[in-house]
Amino acid sequence: MAMLQLQDIDMVFNPGTVNEAAIFRGFNLGIEQGQFVSVVGSNGSGKTTMLNLICGSMMPSRGDILLEGQSILRLAEYERAQFIGRVFQDPSKGTSPSMTILENMALADNKGKPYNLSRGVNRKRRDDYRAQLEQLHLGLEDKLDVRVGSLSGGQRQALSLLICTMTPIRLLILDEHTAALDPKTSENIMILTDRLVREKGLTTLMVTHNLRFAVQYGNRLIMMDKGKAIIDAADEAKKALEVQDLVKTFSEISIEMGN
Amino acid sequence: MLIRHAKTFVEEPAKVFAEFSAWDEMRCPMDVFLEITKGILEQGFIYSIMAMGVYVSYQILAFPDLSVDGTFPFGAAIAAMLLLNGTDPWLACLMAAIGGAGAGLVTGLLHVRLKITDLLSGILTMTALWSVNLAIAKTSLLSTFGTDTIFNSGIIKLLPESLAPWYVLIVVFLLAMLMKLLLDWYLRTKSGMLLRAVGDNAQLVTSLAKNAGTVKILGLVIGNGYTAFAGAVLCQQQKFFDVNMGTGMMVMGLASVIIGMTLFRKMTLMKTTTMVVLGSIFYKACLSLALNLGFNPNYLKLIMTVIFTVALVANNLSKKKEGGVAGHGDASAARY
Repeated sequence: MAMLQLQDIDMVFNPGTVNEAAIFRGFNLGIEQGQFVSVVGSNGSGKTTMLNLICGSMMPSRGDILLEGQSILRLAEYERAQFIGRVFQDPSKGTSPSMTILENMALADNKGKPYNLSRGVNRKRRDDYRAQLEQLHLGLEDKLDVRVGSLSGGQRQALSLLICTMTPIRLLILDEHTAALDPKTSENIMILTDRLVREKGLTTLMVTHNLRFAVQYGNRLIMMDKGKAIIDAADEAKKALEVQDLVKTFSEISIEMGN
Repeated sequence: MLIRHAKTFVEEPAKVFAEFSAWDEMRCPMDVFLEITKGILEQGFIYSIMAMGVYVSYQILAFPDLSVDGTFPFGAAIAAMLLLNGTDPWLACLMAAIGGAGAGLVTGLLHVRLKITDLLSGILTMTALWSVNLAIAKTSLLSTFGTDTIFNSGIIKLLPESLAPWYVLIVVFLLAMLMKLLLDWYLRTKSGMLLRAVGDNAQLVTSLAKNAGTVKILGLVIGNGYTAFAGAVLCQQQKFFDVNMGTGMMVMGLASVIIGMTLFRKMTLMKTTTMVVLGSIFYKACLSLALNLGFNPNYLKLIMTVIFTVALVANNLSKKKEGGVAGHGDASAARY
């Protein structure tokens, strides 16, 4: 049984109007436990829509979404967040800028438990948080009491990743999470991502515009075009893929689209 | 009035002495000054409780909540009605706070569940409360003269009689401190931290598997509870309910928040709630000064607006100087 199953998904925007646009027609996708899937594709190919459907920020026109065999279609976005962690392109979306690193970590540490009137920050966990921050090799362990708003984009994104994976999740969604960072920082965040995913054995779905990252990381690669997976290569087949192959396919589909 | 006496005192002392003779004691300008200061502090502390409510909705939640203009007199109306029925004045304050919290709940539900914009949700609640307040008080001006209040009955009676002129100040000071410490404590709990996160980044709350809408509603409940509580205290201090007493409360509360946060920006160890209380006192002092300088009280709201605008501009300028981005509802400046 697949970890995540998208079944026969239709996604039509503005149905019944002149602006009707079908992103998906009968789309199917299954992701196995422990897979690290990279998804590439041009703008409008349906990558981000797919993530929005999985996370619950959009509802499909038809079809079902199963997580470990259970339909999650009726769950609101915040309810799905119990099982699904998401890191966004915008580094400021994963943390609370007015709070310190310590407060952000304490808040995330409590995920899945009630947010009641007990003390928000447990001082005893401080050393544990420090140890986790040390793993990032960004020196954040000495900045526990610094507001996240004053950190750089890369530091914030690293913290977002850490916060997102602090409590157990069944699926990690990476939504172009290196796109807003400079090349060097993107590289570091990608290395960190790979390490966290391996350490925790997370099933991961990563959308990226960086073809090299897509080839280099993960054990399955999907290229999407007009709501369909035109390349879907796992394990050995994926290892055989090279950036040039992707670029070639990519320019072919772009020419078809007339741009 | 007192400044008028003070001014005349310089010019025609005999006349002032004649006027004050009814008070059975001689007054010197120092006493007049003390009286004015006492008045400013009393008002400042009472309104600071409302300003803390505005701080929760506007600064922490980034929600411009206009229902405040309705919940303030709502608290006063509830208190007035209960006092006239012989209810314990402290219980009346509590009931007013609960009523205000209910009004906040309505604003929150209008916004979160029915998807009405934040501004309009507040305006709807405020407008509805006007009728509700009249229905409770049955008149637009209701005197509660002669009833027990938190300033003349119960626990305050344990203090020596000689302190009687200071009863109001003592009680409102302690109340403001209590409400401040309560808010400080709350904002450091898990629930309070979630509240701070929602105004900052609602997506984070969703990611933490919590309903961001519910957290927003909770913030409005707290903010309006504080506001109505302040209304109930003011009603007991001035001994009447006036259906118009809420007009401009949002502006006044916000002015206190912004003045406090601008003046004490550099004091890194001071909590924002403390800044709000001091801001409220400073604001009342400015208002009192303007009125005592001879401005017609009809211009009160105009003066309030001018003070507020000056505070806003000063706040934006000082932020720019520090390299930050000017704007409203900026939680990043808050300290908990």
